Amino acid sequence: MKKGTKRICSLVLLVLIALLLFWLEANKSGQGMLISILQKSAILAIVAVSMNLLNGFTGLFSLGQAGFMSIGAYITAILTIPVVNLDGVYYMNGVAPWVRALKEGMEAGPSWLQSVYPFLALIVGGLVAAGFAALIGIPVLRLKSDYLAIATLGFSEIIRAIFSSPQMDTITNGSYGLNKVPTFPKFFGLPSLFTPFIIAGVTIALMVLLINSSYGRAFKAIREDEVAAEAMGISLFRHKELSFVVSSFFTAISGGLLAMFMRSIEAKTFSIALTYDILLIVVIGGIGSVSGSVLSAFLVTASKEWWLRFFDQPLTIGGWQVPLFRTGFRMVIFSILLMAVVLFYRRGIMGNSEFSWDGVARLPGRIKGWFSRKRPAHEAAGGDGI
Amino acid sequence: MLNISNLKVNYGGIEAVKGISFTVPEKSIVTLIGANGAGKSTTLRAIAGLVPIKGGTIEFLGKQISGLPSEKIVGTGITLVPEGRRVFPDLTVLENIKIGAYLRKDDLTDDINWVYDLFPRLKERSWQLAGTLSGGEQQMLAVGRALMSRPKLIMMDEPSLGLAPLIVQGIFDIIKEINRQGVTILLIEQNANLALRAADYGYVLETGNITLDGTGAELLENEDVKAAYLGKKKK
Repeated sequence: MKKGTKRICSLVLLVLIALLLFWLEANKSGQGMLISILQKSAILAIVAVSMNLLNGFTGLFSLGQAGFMSIGAYITAILTIPVVNLDGVYYMNGVAPWVRALKEGMEAGPSWLQSVYPFLALIVGGLVAAGFAALIGIPVLRLKSDYLAIATLGFSEIIRAIFSSPQMDTITNGSYGLNKVPTFPKFFGLPSLFTPFIIAGVTIALMVLLINSSYGRAFKAIREDEVAAEAMGISLFRHKELSFVVSSFFTAISGGLLAMFMRSIEAKTFSIALTYDILLIVVIGGIGSVSGSVLSAFLVTASKEWWLRFFDQPLTIGGWQVPLFRTGFRMVIFSILLMAVVLFYRRGIMGNSEFSWDGVARLPGRIKGWFSRKRPAHEAAGGDGI
Repeated sequence: MLNISNLKVNYGGIEAVKGISFTVPEKSIVTLIGANGAGKSTTLRAIAGLVPIKGGTIEFLGKQISGLPSEKIVGTGITLVPEGRRVFPDLTVLENIKIGAYLRKDDLTDDINWVYDLFPRLKERSWQLAGTLSGGEQQMLAVGRALMSRPKLIMMDEPSLGLAPLIVQGIFDIIKEINRQGVTILLIEQNANLALRAADYGYVLETGNITLDGTGAELLENEDVKAAYLGKKKK
């Protein structure tokens, strides 16, 4: 495919996405379900890509995502809950005086500044998480594979325990969690519905830039062979630390967005199950593929929350009540689908290749290939990605 | 150029290198030969800063480099071609080559062309994944990758390992060619015959000690070397 054609295709895709967003904005009340699924997918796409940066590109198997997300979520929530709502939110234990003072100070600022506070809150959350990552990275990044996974998992659980501890009652509201978190802010006058998508686009683009830079090449070298990378003059510790810090920063940003999306958070939200959900997205999408992670964030979220919903309702065909169709059955189907995907696409939907228009152009041929016995040559030669 | 004196290295709980001293003069090919477990690889890894040293000094171009982290040592102009090639299998040939120049910030085009001139095969395969190359091609890639840091001294750990004799000959021709272009070479080999023929000077390493040294030709004629490494009977 020619370069010009590809550019036109990309442009058309962007316009279609924008049109979809404007259409959703116009039909907000009727399409609430679709909007919330797409927004959640965009938020999860950010974590999935940042987890992929760490696990897929640097080869560091970390399971601390939920912990870093909770840091971002709590900081964003605390900074954005309006002062008028403070007493209602902290009705059990009251709010720490310095938190109230800080927030009153913030609300005294000029209005243009107040309109960027939500974005600042996201960035502050990201920076704090990055700071934590830098600190725990020093001891933890000496570990490899399973051991690193266990250490980061432990960190994530510790963070969760701290946020829900009674000692933190006046700041994080302990086990009651925080609510009345304002929804997404407006982004330069665009409707607030657009914000998660714009932030997802920007953060993912930044991570792609990093992956394609010479740092990204060093990350991949470390993933492939640490000894050889070290012999080439790549400092293992510095690069692992960089990857860990950057990944944690974006993970926390998505945590902050999740707080805005859910409007209320509690420590339980950020249990290990959340990390597994993200790991699932990364594995299904393809470890080492950014576009795979994005694609699978939307696919997994949509099938979990939407496409499979009808399995949860009782179904009657011609007076015959179909057995098994009841609440929770959708998760059974979902798990079976997961197993099927993993069996047939062992390296995820995209493997470690990226989305390209050439791949899309080949897709019809491949689909035909599935139904005819003869497999097309490029598929027989290997390569799972489209 | 490189002066090693009384180098001691522990590896895996044992003293693998027990106080060896040798020098590598500028623009020469020096080889360390010895059986498995003699401490050859450990010596190279210690010079490259990949394993900590226990005692002694390593001096390069008049400066102490022992104790420096490996990225600083690469910066001084020493590169290691690790044992078993260790190319990055899921990256393309070109990406592998570029990683070799990781510490450099200047333009790489000339050097990439230089490597492609030395190894035309790599140019043909520049978009192929390194893991799909044959053993000989991977060895070429490992050498080419190491050359990208523009080293003054290149250390090669058993470049003939697991390669067919014809290909090994090709690799040695290229080693000599690189040396002719002004790069000093420290070579480790089990294939003593080939290594000594190529080398200006050689050292025989046995269980962590240097037991013999001499020019390549001298060692080739030495009765003990012949018996132990060249498979010829003592007269």
